[in-house]
Amino acid sequence: MGGSALAALIEIERLTKRFAGFTAVDDISFSVERGEVLGFLGPNGAGKSTTMRMLAGFMPPSAGTARICGADVVDQPVAAKRNLGFLPEGAPTYPEMTVAGFLAFTGRIRGFRGSELADRTAHAMALTQLEGVRLQPIETLSKGYKRRVGLAQALLHDPPVLVLDEPTDGLDPNQKHEVRELIRRMAPEKAIVISTHILEEVGAVCTRAIIIARGKLVVDAPPSVLEEQGSSLDDVFRRLTLGQEAA
Amino acid sequence: MRAALTVARRELAGYFATPVASVFIVIFLVLAGALTFTLGNFFGRGQADLIPFFSFVPWLFLFLVPALTMRLWAEERRQGTIELLLTLPLPQWAAVLGKFLAAWAFCGIALALTFPLWITVNLLGSPDNGVILSGYVGCLLVAGAYLALGAAVSALTRNQVIAFVLAVALCFLFAAAGSPVVTEFLNSRLPVLAEIARGLSVADRFGGFTRGIIAARDIIYFASFIGFFLFMNAVVLDHRKAD
Repeated sequence: MGGSALAALIEIERLTKRFAGFTAVDDISFSVERGEVLGFLGPNGAGKSTTMRMLAGFMPPSAGTARICGADVVDQPVAAKRNLGFLPEGAPTYPEMTVAGFLAFTGRIRGFRGSELADRTAHAMALTQLEGVRLQPIETLSKGYKRRVGLAQALLHDPPVLVLDEPTDGLDPNQKHEVRELIRRMAPEKAIVISTHILEEVGAVCTRAIIIARGKLVVDAPPSVLEEQGSSLDDVFRRLTLGQEAA
Repeated sequence: MRAALTVARRELAGYFATPVASVFIVIFLVLAGALTFTLGNFFGRGQADLIPFFSFVPWLFLFLVPALTMRLWAEERRQGTIELLLTLPLPQWAAVLGKFLAAWAFCGIALALTFPLWITVNLLGSPDNGVILSGYVGCLLVAGAYLALGAAVSALTRNQVIAFVLAVALCFLFAAAGSPVVTEFLNSRLPVLAEIARGLSVADRFGGFTRGIIAARDIIYFASFIGFFLFMNAVVLDHRKAD
């Protein structure tokens, strides 16, 4: 497990989450290696966020397991989280804090102090173009800025694993482009999982796409292979996720 | 521990960045002052001590502390920040302890701001300042006990009204357990329970502190009370954090 540079940074094995009455995530397995950008696709309620929450160690799985850099998210939660940058759904932040204060808080929790903390915070703000609003309370910012604050928090410690739940939601086209560029630039060094509704994004940044529907994994293939199967990604997505109803 | 202190620092700054701090402190000071001078008959008693003040503090905390704790976890859930906080690399107990320490420090600040009362008795007479200090220690411990209980309750529900009402009810249970009404009632039916009720009573333990007695068993009582409910808080949080 883990250790060698060649081992997958994210390993998900038979991950299952059952809520009262239904199974949100049903026996999903996959792994992500360094250099891969995995696009996580699926209709609303398919289980994308639930899978990411389990991977981030927020929600305990009902069955199965997930490992980040070899550390089990249930048995060694702190070790797993140290190697993870996570942007939760909706990019939650503390509204009364300033951008710089909030980033310094997450940096301090991650063990950075003094000049290193200042450098990391400044670097994260530079990556996400937040310098202009660094002393503004987060509640006064627009949706796009808030999303970037969440993103900056995930990048602050330069983690080998990034799990981003809808990183470009609420951004304008220029900001979307910037974030995609940023992901592409970081890709060779990291294992990245992004969930998205926007199919063009998969073609633009992902090296691999997974589609889940009703908690089950239905496709795991590079975007180019998916596109060959239909006239467009949209078609393929519709066919695969609506498949069972049409049949 | 460092992570817990980082969480505590953020939380405490959060109180002062929102109106929570000013409203809580002003109401606490106004009520504490008013009760001490009117119902407590501070001047009329002709005694240089803070007994009238200390006798009201636990009852004020009974309502004000749950108002502080009801939002502790509910607010994190509402804003979704619980998902952020608990996916940062810190053990869960550190998050629980950090939030508790911040709220406790905040209560300490509110208590410290009653210092004009202390100045007043010292100007008017020569009180035993050791007894006064021990009374303040007692107040702080009562606040800690109520805070730990309230925080555990707030982890249980996302609804702040339910968290408040439940916390007040439970705090009241521990406050009133040693009162004559309860113990005499129990004494006449089940004398064993009367002893237990007196043993669990926050008010009884607090009484010792206001008389200037800091007993080891009272300290142990408050420490285990706080420890138990912080542990409950962590357990409940683990089971319900994603609800």
